[in-house]
Order: sequence, then C-alpha cells, then structure tokens
Amino acid sequence: MSHASPPVIPHFGTASDCVLANRPFCSDWVRAHWQDTLGPALVQHVELTAIAVAIGFILAGGLALFAHRIRRAEQPIGVVATLVYTIPSLALFQILVPFTGITTTTVEIALVGYSLVVLYPNMAAGLNHAPADVVEAARGMGLTERQILLRIELPLAVPAVLSGLRLAVVSTISIATIAAFLMPRGLGYPIFVALRDPAPFKTEIYAAGGLAVALALVCDTALVVASRALVPWTRKGLAA
Amino acid sequence: MIAVLFDQFQPGTFIDALRFIGDNPGFLGQKALEQIELAGAALLIALVVAGPLGVILGHFHRGAGLAIGTSIVGRALPSLVLIAVFLTVLGIGFVNNMVALAVLATGPVLTNAYSAVDGVDRGVVEAARGMGLSRWQIITRVELPLAAPLLFAGIRIAAVTVVATAPIAAVAGGGGLGDVIVNQASYRLSGVVGASLCVMALSAGVWIALSSLEKVSAPGGVGSVRVRRNHHKELK
Repeated sequence: MSHASPPVIPHFGTASDCVLANRPFCSDWVRAHWQDTLGPALVQHVELTAIAVAIGFILAGGLALFAHRIRRAEQPIGVVATLVYTIPSLALFQILVPFTGITTTTVEIALVGYSLVVLYPNMAAGLNHAPADVVEAARGMGLTERQILLRIELPLAVPAVLSGLRLAVVSTISIATIAAFLMPRGLGYPIFVALRDPAPFKTEIYAAGGLAVALALVCDTALVVASRALVPWTRKGLAA
Repeated sequence: MIAVLFDQFQPGTFIDALRFIGDNPGFLGQKALEQIELAGAALLIALVVAGPLGVILGHFHRGAGLAIGTSIVGRALPSLVLIAVFLTVLGIGFVNNMVALAVLATGPVLTNAYSAVDGVDRGVVEAARGMGLSRWQIITRVELPLAAPLLFAGIRIAAVTVVATAPIAAVAGGGGLGDVIVNQASYRLSGVVGASLCVMALSAGVWIALSSLEKVSAPGGVGSVRVRRNHHKELK
C-alpha cells in the first residue's frame, strides 16, 4: 500500500527532534497534523459510524417487528445474526470486495451488517419484554393489535433498544478502524500508515488510537445520559 | 492504493478462492494452527487472570464498578488500537499480539464471572453456610456450579472475539491466516478471499463447538437451576 497525499510520515527535513527520535508522544506533530490528518480522519470515522448505525437501526427494527409478528422466524433470525457476528471483520471486508470493489459501499455494507446483528437481539428481546398479562389486559380493554404495539410494547422496549444502540455504536466505532485496511478513511488509517513503517511512528498510533477510544467513550456516555432522560424509571443504565 | 494490484472485481473470484483453498490445504492448515495457538494463549492468560478475580469479586459482592467498567472500557478499545499500541511497547511478534488479544478477552471473562457468581441466589449460599460449608466449599460446590452457564457464555464470547480478531494481528507480525489476508501482493485477491473464508469458518466453528460443549456439560443447565431457585423461594 502506498499513499499519495497527505504526507503522513513527517518530512524528516522539517521534523522536530521529538519526531526524529520517535519519542512516545510529540504534541507538536499532533498540532501540525491535526488539520491534514487527524481531524479529517475523526470526521470520516464519525460519518462511517453514523451511517452504519442509522441504516442498521432501521433494518434491525424492521426485522425485529417482523419476528415479533411471525414468532416462528424469531429463532432462525437470531441464529443467523449470531453467526454473522462471529465473522472476523478483516475477512468480511475482503469477501465483499469481489462484489462491490474497494469502495465506501463495501465498508458500509460490512459495518451495517455488524450493527444490525448487535441491534437485532436487543430489539427482539425488548419487544417481548411486555408482561403477557398486561398485553392480555389491553386486549381485553379493546385495544387493537396495532395499539398494543404502539402504546404498550414499543414504549416498554425502549430501554433494551437503547442498550443495544450503545453496544452497536461502540462496536461500530471499533470495527470501523479496521475498515481503513481497505480504504484510506477513518481513524484506523493513520494507524495502518504508522504500522507500515519498520519503526512505527508512536505519536501517530497513540493520537489516532486515543481519538478512537475517546470517541467511543463519549458516544457511550452520551447515550447513557440520553437513556436516563428518556426512560428515567430504569436506573441500571450503565450495565448494558 | 491496493486497487492497482487487481482491476477485476467479479464474484468469479470466489471460484479462484475455493481453488486456492483446494490447492493449499497444508499451508492454510498450518496458518490456521498458528492462529489457534495465538488465540489460545491469549484466552488462557485472560482466563487465569480475570476468571478467578471475577469469581472472588462476585463471591464478596464487591467491585461491581470494576467489573462493569472493565467491560465498558474493554468494548471501547478497538482491537487495531490495542495491537498497534502493544506493538510500540513490546515490539513486533507473538508476545505483543498475545497480550493485546488477552486484554480484549479480559472484558467478557471478568464481567461474566463477576455477574454469574454475584447473581447466585443468596438464600442458597446462606443455606450452604448454615450446613457448615467452608468459604472454599461454598465457592467450589455451590456458587461455581450455579454460575457455570453464564461463566461459560463469557468464555465463549471471549474465545470467539480472540479468534476473530487474531487475523488483525498479522499487521503486527502475529502470523496465522491473517498473514495471507494482509498480503495481497503475494497471494492476490483469490488467496485473500480464500483465507478470509477459512477465517470465517474457523470462528464460526469455535462458536458452534463451544456452544455444543456448553449443552453437553450442563444437561438441564439453566432450567434446572431456575426450578431449584423457585422451589427455594416457595419454602420461604
């Protein structure tokens, strides 16, 4: 792999002593390359994740509603979802290449797949969360199946859906770093570039890696706060 | 980019990939063994370190924050970042990858061991204490058997995580099937896809093997535990 732009491995002519000596962390390099390397990579990473989780959320929701309606489909879908989740990401990206080439589409298909299989079990479990006698009582009060779904089952599913969303966002952020093996996008790319060097440039690995971890933790915390606001009656927010 | 190395993207690549697998069974088998070795070593470290810690914390019902925090931070650590960071500390090769994968496996093992033992019915533990069982006997004869299903689930998740992540270790000299996947220049897309298919089969195989092992080792498993618990509550 080679890269045309930008010069991620610093020019040795202008590099600081710190960069030349490959000391553990050179803040001057981070400042100098925020604009051309780290900033764009962070933005791309957020984009990759947001698109994957949004599409995965819609698909998983549809699938969960389908399985909720046709109970016999529930178990087979669950088994397939589990098996998809065991596919190593590096392998899945490569297996999709013969179909869609080295494109953002390939990366997004894989990322959507992973977020889908993380979201689905939580959504399915959430929809089944409503106690049977509550549903029975609602039916007895004359609510239609549609009303039961909208007014009882969906609201009761919210906590499970939110904890699934947390898992999906965090795992997608993690898997998206590996997408950079396929194409130069996201926070994984600076890391792969640094690893290609016989003496990997530490600052680049720590800065990009730190940003990826920070992004995951910030998103996780934001979703915990959001779920406390949305469903204040469940307090165990932290223990997914 | 890599795109220069191959310009035809066709599903026909899969036929070539299968041919690659058929032509190199010994080579791929050896690479798969390397990967299992790496994953096994990492899993073993995680089990030895995190397993007993989780069980002890669960027994004393202490350190929920540590157990849950480990799983949250563990999930947030991308495997690539871990492997790259340990590479800068421990250098290229087996040890660096083993440690990085062991860290990945620690989360599920610790969290599940903790919540499995922590969740054992306190009435049952109380009864065992009343019957004169020592602390050690309570852990080994009461808590561990009751916690087994959830404990095994944690081990299974950790095992699959480690096996599925091991290919990424190839970027840091980890060996295994990942060596083929990351070396398109030598093996071409057919080899890369072939090795990817092998990796897929390997991790699905580990999942299925461990799942069926769980069913065999715990006949009646969770179900019988639930019956016993309900019975106990009725007695109260």
